[in-house]
Amino acid sequence: MKTTNPLGKLFGKNPFSALQRHMRVVLACVEEVPALFQALIDHDKERLSLQQRMIFEREQEADALRRDLRRHLPRTLFLPVDRRDLLDLLGMQDRIADTAQDMAGLVIERYMAVPPSIEPHLMPFVEQCVGTCRSMASIIEHLDELLETGFSGPEADEVLTMIGALYDAEDVADEGGIKIARALFAEEDTLDPVTVVFWYQMIQLIGNLADHAEAAGERLELMLASR
Amino acid sequence: MEIIVTYGPWFIGLALIAGLYMTWGVGANDLANAMGTSVGAGALTVRQAIVIAAVFEFAGAVLAGGSVTSTIRKGIIDPSGLEATPEILVYGMLASLFSAGFWLMIASAKGWPVSTTHSIIGALVGFGLVGIGTSSVQWGQIGSIVASWIISPAVGGLLAFLLMHSVRKLILNQEDPFEAARRWGPYYVFLVGFIISLVTITKGLKHLDIDLGWTLSLLLSAGVGVLTFLVGGSLIKRQKRDQKAEENFRFASVEKVFAPMMIFTACAMAFAHGSNDVANGIGPLAAVVSVVQSGGAIMQESALPIWVLMVGGLGIVAGLVTMGYRVMRTIGKRITELTPTRGFCAELAAASTVVLASGTGLPVSTTHILVGAVMGVGLSRGVGALDMKMIGKIVTSWIITLPIAGAVAALVFFILRALFG
Repeated sequence: MKTTNPLGKLFGKNPFSALQRHMRVVLACVEEVPALFQALIDHDKERLSLQQRMIFEREQEADALRRDLRRHLPRTLFLPVDRRDLLDLLGMQDRIADTAQDMAGLVIERYMAVPPSIEPHLMPFVEQCVGTCRSMASIIEHLDELLETGFSGPEADEVLTMIGALYDAEDVADEGGIKIARALFAEEDTLDPVTVVFWYQMIQLIGNLADHAEAAGERLELMLASR
Repeated sequence: MEIIVTYGPWFIGLALIAGLYMTWGVGANDLANAMGTSVGAGALTVRQAIVIAAVFEFAGAVLAGGSVTSTIRKGIIDPSGLEATPEILVYGMLASLFSAGFWLMIASAKGWPVSTTHSIIGALVGFGLVGIGTSSVQWGQIGSIVASWIISPAVGGLLAFLLMHSVRKLILNQEDPFEAARRWGPYYVFLVGFIISLVTITKGLKHLDIDLGWTLSLLLSAGVGVLTFLVGGSLIKRQKRDQKAEENFRFASVEKVFAPMMIFTACAMAFAHGSNDVANGIGPLAAVVSVVQSGGAIMQESALPIWVLMVGGLGIVAGLVTMGYRVMRTIGKRITELTPTRGFCAELAAASTVVLASGTGLPVSTTHILVGAVMGVGLSRGVGALDMKMIGKIVTSWIITLPIAGAVAALVFFILRALFG
């Protein structure tokens, strides 16, 4: 029923809880990636196809959440943080899911075996990068607490520390990427060139997971540091 | 004179009906707005809100509503030119009541954020301009009133901002926020009792001819504060830490502590609302009653009869119980963003500002002050998202309410003058 109360319409949809929901879906998407590569190692085509489908589904879910959040963020909203920072953070989060989707798409388009030189390095590297995303997700879980304390104070300091740890994790993932690329390089001449190029690309994509997680952390750091 | 004598009872009857209709509207809409925040934050059920509202709205009206009622009754229109035709004042007061009530009815149906206070003032000015002349309107007073309409939400916002800041510093940013909340909560509740009593006792009781002097007022207010401190303290102690909820949200238990604290701010809001908005319906009624009972004397020298304030209180409560029920339930669902910590700060800030205005005899818009307070919380980065479009709508409603209420009042005035001579 209609009333004269402006309070009912004064509040816009909380973008921070929406951001958290989006990140949870993104993480669920990324969590399917290790199994994707394991299926590749095990030559399990059925499992591979299943993983690819699941990753695609999660990515689409994340996209829908992202569009919904953007729809509810008109310029007339007064937010506790910069609107652009918020949208950038959302974009970075989404890029993580997009990267997972690119990976899944790539293995389906061109089914290929894992070169023996990089097989021992592959799963650890994937785990490192997915781990970086997990750290990012747990940082995002603090958004509601950050809102409660006005994006400042001890809560903000705690989150900034967590972001610092995230940067360290990304550095470790970077080194993992170099290691696995080197292993591929050593075997380069014995493999067919297209496969080699393809695997370099795949290594790049896996590393991107960690890169995007770090970029998201940077956006959040901006939001907090400018207080 | 003769008209007054002949139709006197009719006028009082009409004024009663119109006054009750106004106060009923105030109860159904305005009060529901004021109490909605506490219901939305989960501090009260709608039923509890109604009981609290009934008691404290009535108390606010009777104990602290005199000043504003006086302003509306004799501070807006200067009737000194009407010695020979006192019935004009009666028609004008009736016209204002009907106009404001009518405009409120339309605004409720359309969901526009219109203020009851603005409506009645606009109506009175409209009548004054048309029925008597431009010089009859006390422009100085109108000037202060309009200034207060702009300043009061800002004051509410500032108070809320400061309160929010203090809550962050003392409670939320501490090592153990729950313990800090249990420790400081009772002091915040003390503030509620103390501020409301202080302003009421020092400024609001004048019309009851009670003047207690500063020391006694301070002591009494502190006494009330201590009482709320103790009651609030016992309610707070009952709140247990919710370990499970804290896993998800570190401050879940803190919000749990602030929820019962909002019961006190709900009482304060109802009291404040009663002190300021009852006048919207009762002011004109009191004017009519005074003119009729004195057989035509228009200078409004007589004291405000208590029964008039009580009629106002009853009207508001009736409106709240019949329609406000549904309104509060709907609002409650939409204000979930205002968690207890935020709601407490906003309500305390708003209630204090309104009571201060009431004590100074300034008719202000309770709802708009509450919006100002919420914006103050938002400015301290305490709310996820505030829609500024609403602010625009509120300002628009200001601009259109005054002329429309004035025009309708003028129209009704002419009709009444034609009917009764």
